[in-house]
Amino acid sequence: MINKRPTIRDHSAEANLFARRAFVGFVFVTLLIGLLLSNAYKLQVTEHDTHKTRSNDNRIKVIPVAPNRGLIYDRNGVLLAENRPVYNLEVIPEQVDDIAKQLAEVGALLNISVEDQERFLKNIRRKQRFKSRVIKARLNEQEVALFSVNQHKFPGFNIEARLARYYPYGETLTHALGYVAKLNKKELTALELAGEAKNYRATHDIGKLGIEKFYEKELHGIVGSQRVEVNNRGRVIRTLSVDAPTPGQDLVLTLDIGLQQVAKKALEGMRGAIVVMDPKDGGILALYSNPSYDPNLFVHGISGKDYRALLNPDRPLINRTTQGRYAPASTVKPHLAILGLEEGVIKEDTRIWDPGFFQLPNVEHKWRDWQRWGHGHVDVYKAIEESCDTFYYHIGNEMGITKISDFMNKFGFGDLSGIDIHEETSAILPTVAWKKERFKENWWTGDTISVAIGQGYWTATPMQIANAVTIMVNKGEHYQPHLVQVKKQFDEITPMYTEERPPIVLKNHDHWRVALEAMHNTVTKVTGTAHKAFKGADYDPAGKTGTAQIVSIAQGEKYDAEKLDERHRDNAIYTGFAPYNDPRVVVTVVVENQGGGSKIAAPIARQLMDYYFTANPLKQGAN
Amino acid sequence: MVLGHKRTLWQKIHLDMPLLLALVCMMFGSLAIVYSASGQNMDMMLRHGVRMGGAVIALLVFAQIPPITLKRLVIPLYLVGLAMLVAVFFFGITINGAKRWLNLGVTNFQPSEVMKLAVPMMVAWYISQHRMPPKFINLFIGFILLCVPTFLIKEQPDLGTSLLIASSGIFVLFLAGLSWRLIGGALLLMVPAVFAFWHYGMRAYQKQRVMTLLDPESDPLGAGYHIIQSKIAIGSGGVEGKGWLHGTQSQLEFLPERHTDFIFSVLSEEFGLMGVVLLLSVYLFIIGRGLLIAVRAQDAFSKLLAGALTLTFFVYVFVNIGMVSGLLPVVGVPLPLISYGGTSMVTLMAGFGIIMSIATDKRMLLKS
Repeated sequence: MINKRPTIRDHSAEANLFARRAFVGFVFVTLLIGLLLSNAYKLQVTEHDTHKTRSNDNRIKVIPVAPNRGLIYDRNGVLLAENRPVYNLEVIPEQVDDIAKQLAEVGALLNISVEDQERFLKNIRRKQRFKSRVIKARLNEQEVALFSVNQHKFPGFNIEARLARYYPYGETLTHALGYVAKLNKKELTALELAGEAKNYRATHDIGKLGIEKFYEKELHGIVGSQRVEVNNRGRVIRTLSVDAPTPGQDLVLTLDIGLQQVAKKALEGMRGAIVVMDPKDGGILALYSNPSYDPNLFVHGISGKDYRALLNPDRPLINRTTQGRYAPASTVKPHLAILGLEEGVIKEDTRIWDPGFFQLPNVEHKWRDWQRWGHGHVDVYKAIEESCDTFYYHIGNEMGITKISDFMNKFGFGDLSGIDIHEETSAILPTVAWKKERFKENWWTGDTISVAIGQGYWTATPMQIANAVTIMVNKGEHYQPHLVQVKKQFDEITPMYTEERPPIVLKNHDHWRVALEAMHNTVTKVTGTAHKAFKGADYDPAGKTGTAQIVSIAQGEKYDAEKLDERHRDNAIYTGFAPYNDPRVVVTVVVENQGGGSKIAAPIARQLMDYYFTANPLKQGAN
Repeated sequence: MVLGHKRTLWQKIHLDMPLLLALVCMMFGSLAIVYSASGQNMDMMLRHGVRMGGAVIALLVFAQIPPITLKRLVIPLYLVGLAMLVAVFFFGITINGAKRWLNLGVTNFQPSEVMKLAVPMMVAWYISQHRMPPKFINLFIGFILLCVPTFLIKEQPDLGTSLLIASSGIFVLFLAGLSWRLIGGALLLMVPAVFAFWHYGMRAYQKQRVMTLLDPESDPLGAGYHIIQSKIAIGSGGVEGKGWLHGTQSQLEFLPERHTDFIFSVLSEEFGLMGVVLLLSVYLFIIGRGLLIAVRAQDAFSKLLAGALTLTFFVYVFVNIGMVSGLLPVVGVPLPLISYGGTSMVTLMAGFGIIMSIATDKRMLLKS
């Protein structure tokens, strides 16, 4: 030994002491290892089930999968609303080391402005860093390709594909189809109340207008789910199982896109509305309101600038076919003639003298006919053909407002047509009670005189006018106007709206003939107001023109379109059908502030009918 | 050889075959688990392999140093270590709020690693200079020798390492024959000491760790997260485990510090209770072998040093497994021989080198 020892040491005793202590140490170690083992046993055997469950809760997430929205077709199978993939550039901030630098590089690649980059950076600081966020929405194909080639340089950046609604015909169908747009808070609350929120967990968009809104339930489908394994940052590692969503039902409309396009073209540069109906079942063949707008703008969130542009005085957002209120004017004369016959106020051969005006006893005011010099002796046919006002002043005065409004209400005036879009007004079919309520005034006889020629307090939507004529064409049979013909899912086809409404039964069924014949004469007779417009048509049309005054013309003054402010000029209306013997199509046209029905509206109706009978030719000899 | 004993090849190269075999088994196991815990990162596994190679070299080198030479190195090593700890106190590099490293230009160096060996050596040397069981004064001086570096390391702060170093010194005193009465008295004193330590000695984050241990569910997403996820990993492994590379807690990264401090959880999840039993058996074997070598050692210094190093190795094992399975508070101690990590493994293997040097000391052979 190197170190000197002060005393003699008993090495054997020391070795024994050490051995004893080492043994104690070993026993102690064994006991503690036993403790570790028993703890492991407790965790892995006794509490195994609990920990296994918690482990699965950690890793397994159920992700909802949005159903594909049902497609919308026109009556001939042309696709009107489809789902197109859109590509969004997204990033999970947590997975990027230097996001500002990476973003600047991506920005340079994909043309993302510096302001947009800064706004994005500012936003991510506030929000969760591990959630995927959209940097740029709707990349075009070139941008997708450009990013894909360079993707390896940008870990954490991804292109996310999803389906978004696209309307290939743009503004041609907006007021009928409506559009979908991003689901908002209010709609979410409503869905929650309806117990539907669960079904929308994966859905981005919801129908906001038109058919898209009305048939939201059918179009949406049923949400599916996917069980996935995720890591601690929520990133999906693999899919464990899939419960596929049920896609929404496809809708086939009664609309004919060709006719719709003719309608759009015919109204170019004018404010107005067109409704084309199939009288056999109330199906709408065309529904167009001008001006219109591109619904695709709304799908991805419309910009403030674009939206403000739509708030112009022409009011493109209004669906004029169902929300426009116009005086129905002379288009209701055939209906009123039937009422006159039914009530016995006139007979088929009753003739009334028209000096060009009408006066109530002891009243100085003259209600003028549109033809200053009058129509001479007028019977019910001539009254319709030449649209004689004086004739109606007389019979209206004799029938009184209550009979008029009761009868016209049977034709749908003053009520919603029930068409399958929500944007609709019932307009106004005036009654004594209505006036009292609205103006706190009594009904004057003079009010009835104006109503008798479809003016005064009376307003109607183009849809109501179309519906009223359709009922007449069907001699009282009444079908609810509708846009959707059938809904389709897989191979299952469900027809919609086949039910009839209670028909109008006249005391004398022959009175229908009188009105319809007069409408036929309106077109066929040289003196008829629509004769010029339909001269030389291949089919046999019938109809009624209307010209609605916007401002009342002072006593003794003459209407002069040139002198009037454009907004004060007459509205032109035409409603008609063809062929006369077996009507297959009812066309209603309303044009704002362009002048008379025969000059403006009837030629437009002619264009639509020409198209209709070219596309759907009549059988040889059927006419 | 003088007496005609035939020395085996193992003895010639100063290696203890059973101990080495157990260590090598652990290392291969470690490679497999690190590969899995790192998310099948081949680079990481290779780096780990290279470090293990370095650690094995340290073992081989230290095994060649005879105990007599070691004795001569004790005082300089202890003093240098102490000087470096003081230097850390003044010039240390702060990483993650702890001042533990010295910048040596080429690399950062952690002086506490030196003390893991220097403290048991110093105390063993000092105690072995005197008769055993030691007198009170010798025990007291031995206690001071271990307390100074312990305190310096605790102040860095590095509670885990300071406790390990303190225990290595205390094991020397225990093995030297520290009287049971003193042990009993010390344990009695522990009660007020722990109380005082809780109120004055511990930092807020350390207290938090203890509180979290007592009730991890009180803060499942904060301080309790590690322990909860670790217990879920261990428990969900069951008896047979989820299979290598198939531990969902580790592969999907719910488990924190998977390849370092919490590697036991990965092993438990993937190999189940069977894996745990196997691991603990090998540890028990290593400790048994180390203590046997200590008992057989020729002189008091060798006995005390080999015994203390072996028991300290167990403290590592116990603290780490106790921590990840929710028995002890979270103190950053790696699982010896298994965790991914550099310096601590080198120190550990150097320690085993010393044990092997003791095992194959010529004079010891004489005795056997």
